[in-house]
Amino acid sequence: MSQFYNLVDHLALLPAIMLALFGCAILLLDTWILPDPKQRKYLVLIFVIPGLALTGFALVKQQLYLAGNSEFTGFGGSLTIDGFSLFFNWIFLLAALTVSIVSYKYLDIEGEHHGEYYALILLAQCGMYFLATGTDLVTLFIGLELMALCFYIMVGFLRGERRSNEAAMKYLILGAFSSGFLAYGFSLMYGISGSTKLRDITAAIAARDPWDPVVFLMMVTTSVGLLFKISAVPFHMWAPDAYEGAPTTVTAYLSVASKAASFAFLLRIFLGPMASVRPAWEPLFIVVAIATMTVGNLAAITQTNIKRLLAYSSISHAGYMLLGLIAGNATGIKGISVYVLVYTFMNLGAFLVVVALRRQGIIGEDVDDLAGLIHKSPGYAILMLVFLLSLAGIPPTAGFLGKYYIFLALIETKHYMLAVVATLYVAVAIYYYFRLVRSMFVGELTEKAPVSSSVGLRFALAVSGIMTLVIGLYPEPFLQLAQRSLMR
Amino acid sequence: MDQRLLSIILFAPLAGMLVLLLIPSSNKTAIKLWANLVAFACFLVSIPLVTRFDKNIDGYQMVERADWIPSLGLKSLIGVDGISMLLIMLTTVVSFLAVLSSWNAIDDKLKEYYAMFMLLETGMIGVFLSLDFFLFYVFWELVLVPMYFIIGVWGGPRKLYAAIKFFLYTLTGSVLMLLGILTLYFQYNTQFGVYTFEIAELMKLDLPLVTQQFVFWTFFIGFAIKVPMFPFHTWLPDAHVEAPTAGSVILASVLLKMGTYGFLRFSLPLLPKASIDATIVQILAVLSIVGIIYGALVSLMQQDWKKLIAYSSVSHLGFCTLGIFALNPNGIAGSVIQQINHGISTGMLFLIIGIVYERRHTRDIAEYGGLAHVMPKYAVVFAFAMLSSAGLPLLNGFVGEFTILQGAFEANRVWAAFAVSGVILGAAYLLWLYQRTMLGQITNGKNLHLPDLSFREMAVFAPFIAWAIWIGIYPKPYFDILEKPVAQIVERVRPGYYAGAQSANAAHSEPRQSWSGAAPASGAGNQ
Repeated sequence: MSQFYNLVDHLALLPAIMLALFGCAILLLDTWILPDPKQRKYLVLIFVIPGLALTGFALVKQQLYLAGNSEFTGFGGSLTIDGFSLFFNWIFLLAALTVSIVSYKYLDIEGEHHGEYYALILLAQCGMYFLATGTDLVTLFIGLELMALCFYIMVGFLRGERRSNEAAMKYLILGAFSSGFLAYGFSLMYGISGSTKLRDITAAIAARDPWDPVVFLMMVTTSVGLLFKISAVPFHMWAPDAYEGAPTTVTAYLSVASKAASFAFLLRIFLGPMASVRPAWEPLFIVVAIATMTVGNLAAITQTNIKRLLAYSSISHAGYMLLGLIAGNATGIKGISVYVLVYTFMNLGAFLVVVALRRQGIIGEDVDDLAGLIHKSPGYAILMLVFLLSLAGIPPTAGFLGKYYIFLALIETKHYMLAVVATLYVAVAIYYYFRLVRSMFVGELTEKAPVSSSVGLRFALAVSGIMTLVIGLYPEPFLQLAQRSLMR
Repeated sequence: MDQRLLSIILFAPLAGMLVLLLIPSSNKTAIKLWANLVAFACFLVSIPLVTRFDKNIDGYQMVERADWIPSLGLKSLIGVDGISMLLIMLTTVVSFLAVLSSWNAIDDKLKEYYAMFMLLETGMIGVFLSLDFFLFYVFWELVLVPMYFIIGVWGGPRKLYAAIKFFLYTLTGSVLMLLGILTLYFQYNTQFGVYTFEIAELMKLDLPLVTQQFVFWTFFIGFAIKVPMFPFHTWLPDAHVEAPTAGSVILASVLLKMGTYGFLRFSLPLLPKASIDATIVQILAVLSIVGIIYGALVSLMQQDWKKLIAYSSVSHLGFCTLGIFALNPNGIAGSVIQQINHGISTGMLFLIIGIVYERRHTRDIAEYGGLAHVMPKYAVVFAFAMLSSAGLPLLNGFVGEFTILQGAFEANRVWAAFAVSGVILGAAYLLWLYQRTMLGQITNGKNLHLPDLSFREMAVFAPFIAWAIWIGIYPKPYFDILEKPVAQIVERVRPGYYAGAQSANAAHSEPRQSWSGAAPASGAGNQ
């Protein structure tokens, strides 16, 4: 091993290596090993699960190497492995695994079952890995683009469907635009500090006045780029279309993993280099957070498509998470971690139920398609109820815990009005979530065809449901986990 | 078993629900039998609560404490005092009778129906048992979901509207209340360096008036919507009218008491300075009085039998909140007794409507008249319920209203004067209702052959009537049970109240030890 690539570097990169390796292996080998399209589902068993298992193994090794230390770095500080990165990487891993095991039946029904799909999932996760671990502008940017490119393709994966194509196009153009903003912000960061390392940039910015025009411009452009990624208002336009047009499994992945990764990225930037310019960005973020909750919650009320409704709801959740950053104290940041964790389970779960509604010949994305679900598949209906209650933040489900931290953080930092606004939107959210509940439990059964289900889907749903309840009822271990993610 | 009595009471309905889910949906009789059995068993296990209760103990009894979420300082802490003991008994009795009354009324999705009732019962008992604010909040919200389904699935024609309105109103109030809870939690951490939601601990807080006022108003919105106090009452007529009979009974008898209980357990003891603040007391009293009179006047106008009773609840609950904010022992004790009374009498009134509704499927008062001729037993039961609700002496309603008026009179004579008019109006709309439905000749041919009460229906009413007479004739045990907790609340809000009552010179003596073990915050400036 040379000084450019020692064992620590290797360890810091290992999960990404695994992901890239298995992702590329699928691309190269799928048609060769499994020429028959009917066998594609075995790709999950042969490549995805082993790949993710090895990635998980690598993460465990990182955790062990970390031992008592708060962090270690690789590649001269380009990658930082700490509790924070591990926490988020486990979430990505979980999301990727869930989405992979539920996809095979869905893709068969859509008639677009190709090996590339699984490769893109793994490669997107590889990009996310760099977003959570990167502490260098170039690494972060490459990670972001890798993730985004994979998602552009996945959103348009249903080649024969106009909606999907349109969604991908929209997402690509707007995404590229926002990446441009971000790159501009990054170039200014480099200009200010003469370095691409976040640590140096932090020091250089801290030495300047927060209202320095260059710093301000840097802050605004970077914020625009990042707010786009978390689909905050007014940069949310792509989300409903992309969520609706994309294959539902991809929507689930996009709404959970991509959002978690973007928040990891956002936190790295705003708790690092931007921390000293808080006076400049805090008012801006307050406005954005309020707008995000308002638009997300109000627009969701009138939606008739479940995926669109959940898209707007996920926009509003981004608003809540932003509040944690606005509060900015330990509770707030821990709140974001907890929120991301519970959001992963409850939102994945909700989308998985929508996946189950897609049957041969039935699109199953309308609120009315849920009608009478309790009579047809009581298990799915009750799980969906749990997910929706959790999304709305009703105790004792996990979602309440996320909101609890956010509200507490706002109170601790004396943002009383913001807290009142945020709590009132909980009541609005109940209204549209309960439109789904109403349809499931009170609506008359119109479509007799059973929902599609597969072993993977049932397993994933059960796990999400159990986790949503367990985190709500006994969150202690998960709170410890989130606590560790903060030790830096 | 001995130490775990409260846990058993709390989780018995939940356990019953889990077993219920195993019974196949097709076996309707088994489901009904099991549900009634569980509800009765839940009542039976709650009886030791009365026999073991020691009215001479200050503070909470039978306390069970366990860590729940240590990193949030959250405990699973349950216990009872006189107030919560009475409300829990009310809950178990009314829940059983409500379940029993549903035997014929509900025929659709039976299993889900009874499962929701059992979940609801656990939630309600949990609310009254919790001594940890977070735990209280969890149960408080837990109650919403089954009630939403009971109204929304088994309700009347506008059930969906009523159900979501109920849910949204209460939720809006409770999330704001959450902000108040979190403020206390945070303030406690600033003052003492630990996080806790334990009520006894939170009472040690010394907060400036402004903070107390902020928290008070957040609590107020949460509790006032639940009570409901004027002008937050608009969800109530809809929810009551659309809910199935048993749902209305539970809603009126128990759920509304969660709001008044909240005032007694949290607002007053935790925020003594704000609770005695002249402006706040004035506002609360005026809203209560407006509620009393407005509720009664609107009741007079109703053509819909069930809506009439629903509005009468607004009026009766106005008495309860007025009693609380009279801030003296009579007012508060009267308020608690009146809460029990309202549970009994309004519960009965809703059951009475349910019985004719089952037979005639209409609630329009004009459709009835002269029912006493065909349903004599029914007419007697109705008379009992009506007179108990109107506050006839020797029945329960009188004891509660009289004590509240006594308390209000001590606090402010004008309040009492206005409140008395509510009693008169109350008698008016109830007697008029009785006259229009029961007396005279039968005007509607459809009513000629209505069957009288069955044995099961009599069995539902018998305990209610017995209880009403008991409280009406011999309320002393209730006042004895309430003496200590009420004294604690009054002492907490107005330190030195009792000393002052004994001797005017003693007004400035040291305040008594409060039940949390700490001296109450100095209230000298607020008297």
